[in-house]
Amino acid sequence: MSELSVNHLLGIKDLNSRDIQLIFETADHFKEVINRPIKKVPSLRDITIANLFFENSTRTKLSFELAEKRLSADVINFSASQSSVKKGETLIDTVNNILSMKVDMVVMRHPNPGACVFLSQHVNASIINAGDGAHEHPTQALLDSYSIRERLGKVQGKNVVIVGDILHSRVALSNIFALQLQGANVMVCGPKTLLPKYIDKLGVKVETNLKKALEWCDVANMLRVQNERMDMTYFPSTREYTQQYGVNRALLNSLDKEITIMHPGPINRGVEITSDVADSKQAIILEQVQNGVAIRMAVIYLLASKIKH
Amino acid sequence: MSQKLLLNAKEINIILHRLACQLIEKHNDFSNTVLIGIQPRGKFLANRLAQILKSEYHIKHIQLGLLDITFFRDDFRRGEKPLEANTTEINFLVEDKNIVFIDDVLYTGRSIRAALTAIQSFGRPNEIELLTLIDRRFSRHLPIQPDYRGRQVDAINKEKVKVNWLEHGGEDAVYLVNN
Repeated sequence: MSELSVNHLLGIKDLNSRDIQLIFETADHFKEVINRPIKKVPSLRDITIANLFFENSTRTKLSFELAEKRLSADVINFSASQSSVKKGETLIDTVNNILSMKVDMVVMRHPNPGACVFLSQHVNASIINAGDGAHEHPTQALLDSYSIRERLGKVQGKNVVIVGDILHSRVALSNIFALQLQGANVMVCGPKTLLPKYIDKLGVKVETNLKKALEWCDVANMLRVQNERMDMTYFPSTREYTQQYGVNRALLNSLDKEITIMHPGPINRGVEITSDVADSKQAIILEQVQNGVAIRMAVIYLLASKIKH
Repeated sequence: MSQKLLLNAKEINIILHRLACQLIEKHNDFSNTVLIGIQPRGKFLANRLAQILKSEYHIKHIQLGLLDITFFRDDFRRGEKPLEANTTEINFLVEDKNIVFIDDVLYTGRSIRAALTAIQSFGRPNEIELLTLIDRRFSRHLPIQPDYRGRQVDAINKEKVKVNWLEHGGEDAVYLVNN
């Protein structure tokens, strides 16, 4: 049976390794499709998808919208800044109003962790989590693993370090779950103030020295420092953060192997990663973006196939 | 379940050679013709025909592609089983080419309808023909007929035509299966 075990994609935590395998195999086919002269298939022509973004996004929103359009779905977009949310409407009311216009699937980004789970329990539509607070960002983790699989052949047995602001990162949490499901070894690295307490209970290695972390890993996933989520000072200055946790050419050259560099974007050039590294062949940042469309097509296609006609 | 042998290996071989000759009659040296096997089952027939054309009729240049129609089917979300995709391998543009679609069994015609849409992603062909080993006539849902057919079969709807290939199923044979 090639079917997902879930009806919504709320987080990687709900998936099993067969689901991930199926998503990757389906994404392989869609990657071929989006490299054709005509990049569109008609599968979802009778499906309507609402993109609800209660928080800013460029890449993820564009990527989802493109994936939906490549599958021929009808798309409606919504962003909180221009909506009745400001007038005091509740989340369920907002979504139910949208669903009463016959929408089959909802892609949602929300600043509150668990907003998608809550929604999935109260509305009758397939929900895809496009990031909920500092909780999960499942499609990002899937495309990260997919990009590792593409570059290194497989994910199993690889050493992956996630560097930076782990505390405020939904990408980190989803990545940890996804990588562990596929049998990779995961390490987190960053200043102690940006590492969540008890993160080691998830079975990840914890390191505060970037050089040691890079020596251990095959892949380094560099995260952005999320200044907008910081309610206090977590490190003395950006300059000091860069000195301790920024990846630059000299540091990479000092390693005895060539590691793969990833970044979920948006990049703060010169902070967590220097321009020459970000633009080098070692970095697969733009591949990640391209794979993002294929992965999202796969997720939408597989979830849509569970919506009964 | 009972099954009746419709074609044995020898008969299939004769039919494949006849189909190859009919293709040559129309397409000469295949300089502007491409063969497209419809995934998943048309692949074997397409490979076999290309091999016969090359080795026995000395056609040097044959372009062969495989087309997956999963994302173009009209029964998405309508069946019990989820649709499983296969690979598409078309490493050329079909703009202004003469295409021969190749599939093992022509039944309702819906696969071919999907293939006609799917191939548009690779350009605007000059002409499209259809070659099929088994033509189950009287069971079409759409106005689609083959240009080259191996054998016509009259089967009632609950019967199934099963095509085995040496490379997939262990023998060359066509059976009529009654469930």
